[in-house]
Amino acid sequence: MINEPAFEMPWHAQLFALTVHLNELGRFEWLEWVESFSITLKSHGLDRELNGGDDYFLAWLETLENLLAKDSSVGALELFKMRKAWEAAHFITPHGAPVILDPPELKT
Amino acid sequence: MLATYSSFSTGASAALNVWTNTRVLINYMIMAHDQEHNEHPYNDLPSEPALRVKALETILTRKGLIDPSALDKIIDTYQNKIGPRNGAHVVAKAWSDSNFRAALLDDANPLLAKLGYYGRQGEHIVAVENTDEIHNMVVCTLCSCYPWPLLGIPPSWYKSDAYRSRTVREPRKVLSEFGVRLPEYTTVRVWDSTAEIRYLVIPKCPTGIDGMAEEALIKLITRDSMIGCGLVKSL
Repeated sequence: MINEPAFEMPWHAQLFALTVHLNELGRFEWLEWVESFSITLKSHGLDRELNGGDDYFLAWLETLENLLAKDSSVGALELFKMRKAWEAAHFITPHGAPVILDPPELKT
Repeated sequence: MLATYSSFSTGASAALNVWTNTRVLINYMIMAHDQEHNEHPYNDLPSEPALRVKALETILTRKGLIDPSALDKIIDTYQNKIGPRNGAHVVAKAWSDSNFRAALLDDANPLLAKLGYYGRQGEHIVAVENTDEIHNMVVCTLCSCYPWPLLGIPPSWYKSDAYRSRTVREPRKVLSEFGVRLPEYTTVRVWDSTAEIRYLVIPKCPTGIDGMAEEALIKLITRDSMIGCGLVKSL
């Protein structure tokens, strides 16, 4: 049968799982997801042809961020701060050591 | 002589300059190399979207809105347990059992539920059969709706703009690019998947399968043939 990996990149898998999990928890209906995602895909594909790889999951990520911002689960500013915190954690963590947030109790 | 010496001296000076410049360049390269090594002891920074996903996950976990262990289970399921083999199992059963085939075409969902292949997102699965007269192929023009429980995660080409936009407009041309050439008398029917309805194509059964075990049949069935964009392997 097919031996291709299900996901090209680990973050694709993580994002997919996060979305499915949130849907199963009732955070949004799948129909709502499909409608929002198709709008994002359409807007991303206005000036170029999407190849169904990274660009597809970038549209997926933007859709999820928008849905979570809309229901106030995750705001844009807290998302930005948390991304920066992870970035900083990577910069100070020695190679091979697990990357943890510093300070771990960082508030969102 | 003086002129010659002077010219030699100028030449030597130029050579010395080149040497000095080369030394400077080598030193610079060594410094750059050292700096590179100094950077290596630290973890490589993940890509920007990977950091965004990580940030989302952290915030949602800290707010108690998700269970991070559930994410690992979902990934494991889609990476290791769900895939085109499930769909091929259903097709093989349809090929070898006419009652199962009839029931599948009538209403696939009770049979799929019994086999454990049901939609997580509550979608309804419809089975469509390829014959000499009708060739079915599946697309999702809106995004990438796909029968996950039967075929797993869709391939990149299924999610691409080119496939999503061209399949409805020029299905025969798209099929020919997949190496599928159909006789003129075969009607091509394109099914547009939605959030509620996903399709499984039952490819045409090859001749000479009588008596073959399900396992052997499964090996003939390709993923693309169950999307309608490929053919089954010949015996």
